[in-house]
Amino acid sequence: MEKTDTNISGVCTPAPGEAGKTGEWRDTRPVIDPAKCIPEVKGKPACFLCWLYCPEGVVTMTIPVTIDMDYCKGCGICAEECPPNAIQMVREVDIDE
Amino acid sequence: MSDVRIITGNEAAALAVKRAEPGVIAAYPITPQTRLAEVLSEYVEKGELKAEYVRVESEHSSMTVCISASTVGARVFTATSSNGLLYMHEQLHWAAGSRLPVVMCCVNRGVGAPWSIFNDQQDSFSQRDTGWIQLYCRDNQEILDTVLQAYRIAEEVYLPVMVCYDGFVLSHTMMPVDVPDAGLVKKFLPPYRPHTILSPEDPKTINPVFFASRRENADGVLCDGYMEMRYKMQAAFERSRTVINAASDEWAKLSGRNHGGMIWEYMTEDADLILTGMGSIATEATLAADALRAEGIRAGVVGIRAFRPFPKEEVAQAFAKASAIAVFEKCISYGYEGGVCSDLKAALYGTDIKAPIHNYIAGLGGRDVKTRELVEAARTTFEAALAGDAGNKTIWLNCHTG
Ligand code: SF4
Ligand code: SF4
Repeated sequence: MEKTDTNISGVCTPAPGEAGKTGEWRDTRPVIDPAKCIPEVKGKPACFLCWLYCPEGVVTMTIPVTIDMDYCKGCGICAEECPPNAIQMVREVDIDE
Repeated sequence: MSDVRIITGNEAAALAVKRAEPGVIAAYPITPQTRLAEVLSEYVEKGELKAEYVRVESEHSSMTVCISASTVGARVFTATSSNGLLYMHEQLHWAAGSRLPVVMCCVNRGVGAPWSIFNDQQDSFSQRDTGWIQLYCRDNQEILDTVLQAYRIAEEVYLPVMVCYDGFVLSHTMMPVDVPDAGLVKKFLPPYRPHTILSPEDPKTINPVFFASRRENADGVLCDGYMEMRYKMQAAFERSRTVINAASDEWAKLSGRNHGGMIWEYMTEDADLILTGMGSIATEATLAADALRAEGIRAGVVGIRAFRPFPKEEVAQAFAKASAIAVFEKCISYGYEGGVCSDLKAALYGTDIKAPIHNYIAGLGGRDVKTRELVEAARTTFEAALAGDAGNKTIWLNCHTG
């Protein structure tokens, strides 16, 4: 049987996606240049300011740094904070899938 | 065994709250509600009521405390009047939208400006569309019994309930009141079960931003959007009609006292002329009906006990045989007419009832409403109907200005 929403008030369980896929809002996408990203260049954990500043918590503290595009809303804060300007915000319409 | 005490409306309300055993009370004193807040704080101070009495700096905060406590599973109570109620306005919507069974007494008082501490019903009337059930009481016994019924109704349909009674006319007037014993109340009022249990083991986000459309949650369940949530609230109101009537019947069985569910009627069976209103003005109307009958006019009274949900089916039945209707109201929707009158006309639309409806705005800011004034007004309405004048009118009763 199809599950239905039985809540009678605004209640949700904190989990990824409980508010829908917020990545749908995005019209510019952060694209990381591995040749500039500090942890990639140095080959060890470093910097991760994008991880720290991302308001959505969708950046990983890994090498390489990854971003969950289902929920990245394209705000560009990571690009703004990245010290070596390794992140470019690219318009979604200009990205060929 | 009955325990009849001679007490004021505020004391009757306080005794009912004591019997309902709320876990949290947060009330900010305001005339004419003050004595109610005081008596409750005395109960808590003396240990007669094991509740947390949260002292707040405003009515906005008192409602916020009730919302929070109710959310985590406490039965709650607050009370206010007039501008205090208006100050709560935003939180009234919040309590209703969260579907919390908060019970509040509104001790009806006119609102400023200009300042009035005296009685009319503009305060609760102006909060009509906040998603609260509104019940109006006609005497002190009914106040006590209605507060108990309010908990039962609220906790069954998960809607907040405002128990309204006239400031001074009832709040400060002593009457004999039969106080039910704790055992009887326990039989009537099961413990409060919150619709959502909050606990660290099962964390939940309460009232996040809802989007216009429905959306899937992490489990792939298509969840309600804002509009669906609001529809559920309206559906709860529709359901509350039967719950209000059932609570009244059940309490009547246990206590022997029946104040009516959605409405009450007085000598309406053969009535040609029906007077109607909410609260103490409707009690006054029963005296007027007696006087009119002594003159040979078959008069009766319909008391509107539930204003929201509006008793649309009940009034269509109760007024079916009336040839003239006089609506007495202590409030007005400025720019139109009294709110009960508008609702009544809407409820009668499409029925065979073609009686003229005269709307009397009366007793604003505590102006005394005398039985003989109601008699004269209702007689005028009746005579207009006899003369074939089917027009509806709004008349300010006993109001003289240049
Ligand atoms: S802020 Fe820039 S350099 Fe630092 S980890 Fe993120 S992408 Fe790499
Ligand atoms: S664009 Fe915004 S949401 Fe997306 S990864 Fe960067 S900081 Fe996070």
